[in-house]
Amino acid sequence: MQDNKQKIIEINGPVIKAQGMQDSFIGEIVYVGKEKLLGEVIRLRKDIATVQVYEDTEGLKVYEDVEAKGVPLSIELGPGLIGGVFDGLGRPLKKLQEGSLFIEKGQSVRTLDGRRKWRFSPALEKGQSIKGLDIIGEIQETAILKHKILCPYNIEGKVVFIAPCGEYSVDEVIVRVKNNRKESEIKMSSFWPVRKKRPVSKYLKPSQPLITGQRVLDFFFPLAKGGSAIIPGGFGAGKTVLQHQLAKWSDAEVIVYIGCGERGNEMTQVLKEFPKLLDPRTKRPLMERTVLIANTSNMPVTAREASIYTGITIAEYFRDMGYDVALMADSTSRWAEALREISGRLEELPAEEGFPAYLSSMLASFYERAGRFEVVPGREGSISVVGAVSPPGGDFSEPVTVHSKRFVSVFWALDKELSSKRHFPAVNWIQSYSEFLEDIEEWWDSQDSKVKWSILRKEAMVVLQEDENLQKIVRLIGEDPLPDIQKLTLFCARLIKEGFLQQFAFDKNDSFCTAAKQLALMETILYFYKKAKDLLAKKIPVTKVTELPVCEDIFRAKSEIANDDRKGFEDLRERIDKQFDYIRREYE
Amino acid sequence: MSERNVLGVQSIEGPIVIVEASRGIGLGEMVEVSLAQGEVRLGKVLRLTKELCFIQVFGGTKNLSSRGTGLRFLGKPFLFTVSEDMLGRIFDGKGEPLDGGPRVYKGESRNVNGFAINPTVREYPEEFIQTGISAIDGLNSITRGQKIAVFSGAGLPHNRVAAQILRQAKILEAEESFAVILGGIGLKKEEAHFFMESFRCSEQVLKSVMFLNLAEDPPEERVLTPRLALTLAEYLAFDKGMHVLVILTDMSNYCQSLREISSFRQELPSRKGYPGYMYTDLASIYERTGRIKGKSGSITQIPVLTMPNMDITHPIPDLTGYITEGQIVLSLALHQRGIYPPVDILPSLSRLMKDGIGEGKTRKDHVNLSSQLYSAYARSKDVASLASIIGEEELGPIDKSYLDFGRVFEEEFINQDFRESRAIEETLKRGWQILKALPKKELNRLTKEEIEEYYPKE
Repeated sequence: MQDNKQKIIEINGPVIKAQGMQDSFIGEIVYVGKEKLLGEVIRLRKDIATVQVYEDTEGLKVYEDVEAKGVPLSIELGPGLIGGVFDGLGRPLKKLQEGSLFIEKGQSVRTLDGRRKWRFSPALEKGQSIKGLDIIGEIQETAILKHKILCPYNIEGKVVFIAPCGEYSVDEVIVRVKNNRKESEIKMSSFWPVRKKRPVSKYLKPSQPLITGQRVLDFFFPLAKGGSAIIPGGFGAGKTVLQHQLAKWSDAEVIVYIGCGERGNEMTQVLKEFPKLLDPRTKRPLMERTVLIANTSNMPVTAREASIYTGITIAEYFRDMGYDVALMADSTSRWAEALREISGRLEELPAEEGFPAYLSSMLASFYERAGRFEVVPGREGSISVVGAVSPPGGDFSEPVTVHSKRFVSVFWALDKELSSKRHFPAVNWIQSYSEFLEDIEEWWDSQDSKVKWSILRKEAMVVLQEDENLQKIVRLIGEDPLPDIQKLTLFCARLIKEGFLQQFAFDKNDSFCTAAKQLALMETILYFYKKAKDLLAKKIPVTKVTELPVCEDIFRAKSEIANDDRKGFEDLRERIDKQFDYIRREYE
Repeated sequence: MSERNVLGVQSIEGPIVIVEASRGIGLGEMVEVSLAQGEVRLGKVLRLTKELCFIQVFGGTKNLSSRGTGLRFLGKPFLFTVSEDMLGRIFDGKGEPLDGGPRVYKGESRNVNGFAINPTVREYPEEFIQTGISAIDGLNSITRGQKIAVFSGAGLPHNRVAAQILRQAKILEAEESFAVILGGIGLKKEEAHFFMESFRCSEQVLKSVMFLNLAEDPPEERVLTPRLALTLAEYLAFDKGMHVLVILTDMSNYCQSLREISSFRQELPSRKGYPGYMYTDLASIYERTGRIKGKSGSITQIPVLTMPNMDITHPIPDLTGYITEGQIVLSLALHQRGIYPPVDILPSLSRLMKDGIGEGKTRKDHVNLSSQLYSAYARSKDVASLASIIGEEELGPIDKSYLDFGRVFEEEFINQDFRESRAIEETLKRGWQILKALPKKELNRLTKEEIEEYYPKE
């Protein structure tokens, strides 16, 4: 009985202990038990390893075998990721569904389809010397995405064979490289350990905004390409709708969407909508640039912990090709809870609210994988990360929100009060912030020669802040006793809130708003405000202004004027002029 | 797997029994625990080490002795036999008949924990379910395959609302077979009696199944009850093509049991002493809902919970709200004013509503009408709080009309009889009728065409 074979000696939920593991290393992948459940070594003490198992351990017995694989948890990378849906460990869910409608355990299915042929065109010639990250060739993976095949990091030498243009599977050798006497083969499929950051040559300062088409974000609290943001909000505040909007409309070339411990129907919704929706820039289905990771709340909690790393590794893979990648993780709180659950099973000493003390360093290592980088000289790529946070009771002082805030530069606070007023997106304009305002000013100012974004933004913020103060008085005494000029401020703040900040995700014209339209719309509102102030200075009562029919047009401009309709705004401005002149003449 | 007998236990701690045996025993395996007096209780393997096996005993360890206790390991997890014969029956929280009828032997044995539905085979829910309750159908419509919670509190009539939904729920143009399953968790005797009575009187008696776990039953059984209900629901929906509505009440009792068991297991607690895995555990119940591509049946789930001290940020409603696709919130203030069902519209939400209503589903004006009613009611609440400071007399005429609207809305639209089932057309008609309390120009969420077509003429 006391032999030294690798065997299970203890089972406690998803955490097991195995003996005979003296040759193992932390992070090594093991197969546990007869059903070969996937697990990862997380602790070693003499010959005993603690293993977290990525699948349901029901029915597992002590003294069943454990098989160490000798490799860390890795994901297969290569053509075929785009448009796919994978679980937290990178198993394709569409492949799994062939066996059963339910997720059953012990199924090992590889990430990429080995049978599928891809049309490869080489970018090298025989005799050339190559090194890690050089481009070997290309595959037109979807109509809008060229999948570049890169030389693995650890290979360097002279090309002795390169496959000619043609159809290949991911397992066929496309390049042979010789270095001294050592010959290495390169295939389209490669593996990378998910918990390890892929190296880059240089960090670059973000300079371009990630245009999301969401006015409150782009205009007021912009995220730069390569930056990271969090969206904290209680349930019903609209986190998921906003994350979906970002995944739909962000001007990134590749989107990685991680459904981490969330609802099954939400993933279904993405799968239903994305193939039908067209990217406003390329006019191609959104699915042609999207990779989905779905580890829903009822799938194993340990795989949920891994899903975040699987997602960001895929994002890094596309960044290395020189793309701007945007990654959405919904929700990072569920990931942190998975950490907590595993930590509890290991009987580690907890810090705040039962979370392990290393929560903050884990969050840091995730958000720090975002950024704009020079991959190799002459090739740049970026990863922008947006993490949803689900604070218990909507309380932003809880550990996940507090610690995430330390590592991100943009904070989009969702406000329950706004969402209960059906003000969507419910981003609170007083609590939110962005640290990229200066970095991207130049980009915005290059969009329109006549209007300056930074000035418009500042003016609008002043109105909103004054409104915030006035609302406190209004709640006590009502609006009537206020002087006219303050009533105008309140009215103009309403124009900004309802006509600009509120955006209807399900409206054809309003769901996505270009930068140019954002500028035109805000300029129109502030133009109205300026003209109205002039009239008030002439002792004209404020009701004359607020009852103008053109106000209704401004409220509706966001959905009635299309994105490319410059004339629409010119007409609107003309109407403002005309109606104001009319009042002025009446009083002169 | 084979059966195995062990006599005598090592130690007894709370509801957990530890025995010196572990070889060949599977995690989660069921154990029959025989007491010296002859009584037999069920147990489940929780944890295994090299020599020891930790067993949780359903029904507690009272009267257990360390030497006189016999254990029989059954070699399999808890399996539950499901069949169509269960329709029309009442069972207790462990699945034993409570109606004097025979036990169900014929059928399929299923693991009560089920498996997660692969997200890629799910079908998105978009068919409207009519509950006959205006506050739900009109403003928080439910779709087939949705999970939506009822957030209630002590002293509120959530069980009446649940019973009314059970009785009235139907799908427009419903020709398909359906079933309703009630999972009663930790019910008081009066509550259990109420459900059994309303069950007997219902026309749908032959289409319903009840699992009633009572407040005095052991907490370990409460953890089982919703899983039995859902295992049967999955069988009826995905094997027999039925549309199943599952109501679980009261999930707060479920969570209390979870906490109780967790503390006996000496696990590290998270918020308010509830275990850190409560989100995952609740998800393993709530997520067993939905539709599957290529299958004609569906599961719709309405978990009911009572918020401790009406606190919506308490872990139980909070975690539930993060998993379910919306919530119907009941209000004590409305209840005290005699409004039934006392649905508080403003914090209530149905996330899938937009996909289940509108042209071809309910009626084309439904989307904008509900948005108009919602925003007008929200405004009426603001006006009411202003009026309580400055007095009603000081309000402007428009504000006054909102105040009137708020009253009519609660009395004519939300308020209805326990026996009254309103068709969706009736609900929408009432919605238009009460909008007459407002000046027409305030109706800015409705289009001109809709006002033209539906605004009451007389």
